[in-house]
Amino acid sequence: MAKKVLVLGETREGALRNVSFEAIAAAKKISGGGEVVGVLIGDAVADFGAELVAYGADRVVTVEHPHLKSYTSDGYGQAFMAVVEQESPEGLVFGHTSVGKDLAPKIASKLQAGLISDVTDIEGEGDDAVFIRPIFSGKAFEKVKLKDGIDFITVRANNIAPLERQERSGDVSSLSVDITNLRTIIKNVVRKSTEGVDLSEAKVIVAGGRGVKSTEGFEPLQELANLLGGAVGASRGACDADYCDYSLQIGQTGKVVTPDLYIAAGISGAIQHMAGMSNSKVIVAINKDPEANIFKVADYGIVGDLFEVIPMLTEEFKKVM
Amino acid sequence: MNIYVLVKRTFDTEEKIVVSGGKIQEDGAEFIINPYDEYAIEEAITVRDAHGGEVTVITIGNDEAEKQLRTALAMGADKAVLINTEDDVEEMDQFTSAYILAEYLKDKKADLILAGNVAIDGGSGQVGPRVADLLGINYVTTITSLSIEGEKVSIIRDIEGDAEELETSLPLLVTAQQGLNEPRYPSLPGIMKAKKKPLEELELDDLDIEEDDVEAKTETIEIYLPPKKAAGRILEGDLSNQVTELVSLLRNEAKVI
Ligand SMILES: Cc1cc2nc3c(=O)[nH]c(=O)nc-3n(C[C@H](O)[C@H](O)[C@H](O)COP(=O)(O)OP(=O)(O)OC[C@H]3O[C@@H](n4cnc5c(N)ncnc54)[C@H](O)[C@@H]3O)c2cc1C
Ligand SMILES: Cc1cc2nc3c(=O)[nH]c(=O)nc-3n(C[C@H](O)[C@H](O)[C@H](O)COP(=O)(O)OP(=O)(O)OC[C@H]3O[C@@H](n4cnc5c(N)ncnc54)[C@H](O)[C@@H]3O)c2cc1C
Repeated sequence: MAKKVLVLGETREGALRNVSFEAIAAAKKISGGGEVVGVLIGDAVADFGAELVAYGADRVVTVEHPHLKSYTSDGYGQAFMAVVEQESPEGLVFGHTSVGKDLAPKIASKLQAGLISDVTDIEGEGDDAVFIRPIFSGKAFEKVKLKDGIDFITVRANNIAPLERQERSGDVSSLSVDITNLRTIIKNVVRKSTEGVDLSEAKVIVAGGRGVKSTEGFEPLQELANLLGGAVGASRGACDADYCDYSLQIGQTGKVVTPDLYIAAGISGAIQHMAGMSNSKVIVAINKDPEANIFKVADYGIVGDLFEVIPMLTEEFKKVM
Repeated sequence: MNIYVLVKRTFDTEEKIVVSGGKIQEDGAEFIINPYDEYAIEEAITVRDAHGGEVTVITIGNDEAEKQLRTALAMGADKAVLINTEDDVEEMDQFTSAYILAEYLKDKKADLILAGNVAIDGGSGQVGPRVADLLGINYVTTITSLSIEGEKVSIIRDIEGDAEELETSLPLLVTAQQGLNEPRYPSLPGIMKAKKKPLEELELDDLDIEEDDVEAKTETIEIYLPPKKAAGRILEGDLSNQVTELVSLLRNEAKVI
């Protein structure tokens, strides 16, 4: 059966997030030839509609309201449920982002629906779609399907390839919703993450551990990351030692990442760290201890002092790029 | 203040995962309180010590989860509730768990409910928000700071690395993120006291829940381990040659740059 699938589009720093395009690709599979409808919620979002269409949405519904400037589960919940009521979808796809993780369970609860979170792959299409997701922080995987009712998933960034961008046309319509009774008031957002590339969506991550030894020690890593268009990450060892902010932590109790290239410098490779990065496409380990555990998951390893190796790598990349 | 903490028993983070007969092998594995739930317990105790009241820890699980509940009591929680589903349900999902927890909580007049933001095994992060929605109360996820003055609650939450400051009010459900606090270790006197603290065990019958009400909405078809990676290559030779070789491998063999 062809299905109508709604996709929540999300913006960050004035542009649509990649994960929203990936969510559209996921929705296409679930729809099995049906219709994919983008949903945009905010105070001024209609302009992004065309871009969702270019990445594969058939049309877009927007909900705009001054109370939707910042995300709150109440505000977005009311807006999204109004779209669900108008559209009666058979599938829903969100990114497994801060917003998606917070909102999806609420919507699932209101619809008394199942929800498959943090999906990294989809097998089959339409009614036969089966979802793959990591469990035990990536130490294992499970294949899950919805028993009946609405197909509702959140997709992890960087795993499902977006469709190619095409000039297409699709209707962008607006739905007016009365947003009332917000129980949460957002006061302020303090920026702590690094400018530019978002760690969970980065294609290249240069991560440092206790071996980096200080805050300044992270500078050569940042330089390499900048050159490669990537982001800097860290082990908990480095965060605990106050060399960097916990927002950079990768692992079982930090972020789980799957970049194309993960460079681990001065990280021993504790099981809790590996849970967060071992599914990266290519792993490079730089460690002065040849016995370090990290070499067991590395595709390429250099035994050496990171303060020598990282700047040399940066210089070498500069030569060839 | 009437405080509840949702606690899940989970594999120790050190454990390797073994799959046999399509299931995760539990024999011989060490179990812990889900690390994020430890932050939740610690915060609950701190709030109680500042504002008075009582902390009750709840888990859905089997007999063996009593150990984790006793640990929470030893940390300083006042009471524990084990909702034992072993004889009643074979398949569970997040809908099931949230439904059971909400049925237990619905007449408890909780002021504050704390949960972990995600369980490190199932990993969905659904249970907290689902419970709040079923109870009709507000929720805030991934919090790193909580302060309560009367009805007013000020919170800082982690949004993908940035810190969002917000205000809300009780009753409320929050889910804990790393950085919220430093969970205490149970003290020896704490462990002794915990043995005498009340631990109530309930089954679905006691909550007037029919098995059909909690039938899972999702179905796990298969559980498997990620493919083993082929052994990697440790580069050799002069360091500058290694670096040149690495860059060339990343560009030409792995094609990631
Ligand atoms: C419940 C729980 C949850 C956890 N969650 C996480 C998590 O999410 N993420 C995480 O990362 N950890 C986590 N940990 C911690 C984990 O067990 C390790 O303690 C941590 O990952 C170690 O960090 P590290 O590798 O930076 O430090 P270390 O283990 O101290 O390793 C430092 C490495 O740097 C190398 N080195 C030193 N100097 C140099 C140099 N100049 N050049 C090259 N190499 C050098 C050393 O040889 C060594 O291998 C968790 C632990 C627990 C108990
Ligand atoms: C008897 C039994 C059978 C099961 N069968 C299946 C099965 O067939 N298929 C399957 O996929 N899963 C099964 N599970 C796993 C279970 O359904 C999920 O682990 C559970 O719904 C929680 O989801 P999660 O791990 O994603 O937690 P999350 O939503 O990530 O947890 C977030 C927070 O919610 C709270 N929480 C979560 N679980 C509990 C709990 N049990 N008690 C108290 N608080 C909790 C904690 O505060 C936790 O930090 C079974 C579990 C049990 C006990």
